Amino acid sequence: MCLAVPGKIVSIVEDEQPHLRRGKVDFGGVLKEVCLAYTPEAAIGDYVLVHVGFALNRIDEDEAHRILDTFREMDELAQAQAEAGGDTAEPEQARPETGGDGS
Amino acid sequence: MKYIDEYRDPARVRAAAESIRRRVTRPWTIMEVCGGQTHTIVKTGLQDLLPPEVTLVHGPGCPVCVTPVELIDKAVAIALHSGVIFTSFGDMLRVPGSSKSLFDAKADGADVRIVYSPLDALKLARNNPDREVVFFAVGFETTAPANAMVVWQAEREGLTNFSVLVAHVLVPPALEAVLNSPDCRVNGFIAAGHVCTVMGWREYEPIAKKYGVPIVVTGFEPVDLLEGIDMLIAQLESGRAEVGNQYRRAVRRDGNRPAQERIAEVFEISDRAWRGIGEIPASGLRLRERYRAWDAGTKFAVDVHGVRESEECIAGMVLQGLKRPAECPAFGTRCTPETPLGAPMVSSEGACAAYYLYGKRVQTDVPAASSEQ
Repeated sequence: MCLAVPGKIVSIVEDEQPHLRRGKVDFGGVLKEVCLAYTPEAAIGDYVLVHVGFALNRIDEDEAHRILDTFREMDELAQAQAEAGGDTAEPEQARPETGGDGS
Repeated sequence: MKYIDEYRDPARVRAAAESIRRRVTRPWTIMEVCGGQTHTIVKTGLQDLLPPEVTLVHGPGCPVCVTPVELIDKAVAIALHSGVIFTSFGDMLRVPGSSKSLFDAKADGADVRIVYSPLDALKLARNNPDREVVFFAVGFETTAPANAMVVWQAEREGLTNFSVLVAHVLVPPALEAVLNSPDCRVNGFIAAGHVCTVMGWREYEPIAKKYGVPIVVTGFEPVDLLEGIDMLIAQLESGRAEVGNQYRRAVRRDGNRPAQERIAEVFEISDRAWRGIGEIPASGLRLRERYRAWDAGTKFAVDVHGVRESEECIAGMVLQGLKRPAECPAFGTRCTPETPLGAPMVSSEGACAAYYLYGKRVQTDVPAASSEQ
């Protein structure tokens, strides 16, 4: 029920009435009309999280990459250690906690 | 698809699981609140990647599952009214009422239609002025902005042949209900990311403080869930109980203000019964006085009597994380998605459906590892 899917805004129809702001969103090749009333800041090219026909938020690209880069680097480090025969060695400490309060 | 595939990347999943393994020293029980997260966990076997100290239990975050049987009976009765087009998300149709589901009503001749969005129901009302169009407005905070918008629009347009049967529930009171249970063994919560996309996480801060439990707002993909668990373990191991945000790409502390404003304009908070759990104070939404003309619950005078639940179904225990689906004697035999005894077996967010679909039937026990925590 709370499923929300990220998609890219490809066109926007502005309306004098803000609650009618809508646009076409591309979900991996499938285009759907989406209500953009709750994301007045979203522009063409932005990714938005869509739930039952409504965009709930614009996706923050920088934040999206942060977690991906962290884990990619960690995995590469672990693979390198394994190849160097250091697979039994524990790193000095677990990775620092990310996220924090995010405020 | 962008923002999905990369969060399922095996290398990143491996790294995230490894981070948890290095950090954990003691047993911890973590509840994921949202049924969508339950499905990711069971489908991808995330529990098997975790160290034995970490136990995941599944929470009440399935709006379809907690909609009271009286309301399902009412929906069926309204759908059977002549001239009504009854619209709903597909999930609700198979949910068993006392004697009938909406699917059964459809088989009996009712005009029951599945819609993708409440906007589709609104469109049906505009295009069928001689019919009464009812939408089953089920959901948590994630769905409330959509349902609030269609009622608000119907009022503006004077669309009097449209109404909604409201079955809205709220997450924070449910967390408190879980924490207040004497059998509660939950040490930390994975909060539902999309609920928080709308609401932010301010309302979770007093809960974390009052009960001394960390809560981390988390996304829905495997890498998200493992990072959320990692952030919870980090807090638990160092004795902290704060609200964290793993799902930073989609959630801000204040949530979506325009959406919250529209919800508050159309809905007000009310007490609510949760199927299998019972009454939880201030845990639901109902239409404000101004919008009562669009309330299908009062518009259609239907008498619901003889409300009956399956005696065998343990959905209430499953929804509170007290039992695993396969501990139910009816699981997979007398209760299947085709012939369900309870809603968690049919909802796309139901824990029973997840275990049935993804073959975790053999895991019958709830590990007692952290019951003394």
